[in-house]
Amino acid sequence: MVTRGDAQQVVLPFRHPPMIKVETRRKGVSCMSDKLKMARQFIQALPHSMALGMELQELGDGSAEITMPYDDKLVGDPKTGVISGGAVSALMDTCCGAAVMSHPSNPSATATMDLRIEYLRAATPGQTITTRATCYHVTRSVAFVRATATDEDAENLVATATGTFTVEGHK
Amino acid sequence: MTKHRKPEPVQVVKQRRDGVLRAMVEGVPYIRFLGIEFERRGDELTGIMPFSEQLIGNPILPALHGGATAAFLEVTAIITLSWGLIWEDMESGALDLDNLDADHLPRLPKTIDFTVDYLRSGLPRDAYARARINRSGRRYASVHVEAWQDNRARIFAQATGHFLMPQRRG
Repeated sequence: MVTRGDAQQVVLPFRHPPMIKVETRRKGVSCMSDKLKMARQFIQALPHSMALGMELQELGDGSAEITMPYDDKLVGDPKTGVISGGAVSALMDTCCGAAVMSHPSNPSATATMDLRIEYLRAATPGQTITTRATCYHVTRSVAFVRATATDEDAENLVATATGTFTVEGHK
Repeated sequence: MTKHRKPEPVQVVKQRRDGVLRAMVEGVPYIRFLGIEFERRGDELTGIMPFSEQLIGNPILPALHGGATAAFLEVTAIITLSWGLIWEDMESGALDLDNLDADHLPRLPKTIDFTVDYLRSGLPRDAYARARINRSGRRYASVHVEAWQDNRARIFAQATGHFLMPQRRG
């Protein structure tokens, strides 16, 4: 996560979702507009993420937070109404990708190479799922990411993820 | 099948198997949402994810969303596992074919972990997947899934997952 001490918060109005908090380090101000552009693009330009109702809540310096409200169409177990693992995978994948794109090394694009998800417990039906991803190391060609998912009981994780992503051309 | 019994007419067999498969697949809202279908050859299943705009993750390339690919692989693994579990009851007549809703169909296996290996970007066209059950025990199963598009030999994603098997009633 971003160290709060040397971070400044910028709040921006967006069409959907209405507000996105974007954090940038002071030294990163020059690339801020790129990041904001990217933040805006990130969900809106991803038809599949839009279709799943994902909302980018926070983005900055290699970390991202995305939420996905409960929806009947996402149910994977008709008997219990629990959200499908596949939908949680899609959310984790998007969040990890967002974390990579927001890394201070400014990759111009990224693609998932490998993503492992552990499903710790069933998400409670009716509750929004929140994922947080951190890109904790980036080389010239690879980004390493970890993510967690919770429902409204933020103390108990629903799922965790570990991923490696490609890094295409630093800007 | 015993030697003394006349084999069932092929239409009866097909109708039963296709009906059970349809009920299993159509019972899951997320499978319907992604538009995933299954084709059956005997007991072998092939998942098909017809292309649609909402599956796109990178509009510039364009490419399928990694999450859509992961979900497709996972759905194929779960349905293939479940199909293996239901087969015997379906064929022996133990399964009530007139009540194939969520309350009567066996519970689906639960994913414990799932690891997706993205080999190349998914093109904006139909995708196919087949799962191989490497181990299926009383409690756990290990499944490998492969997905391809135009060429069967050019896999664009593969995955391995572990699943918790539903416990049989009674």
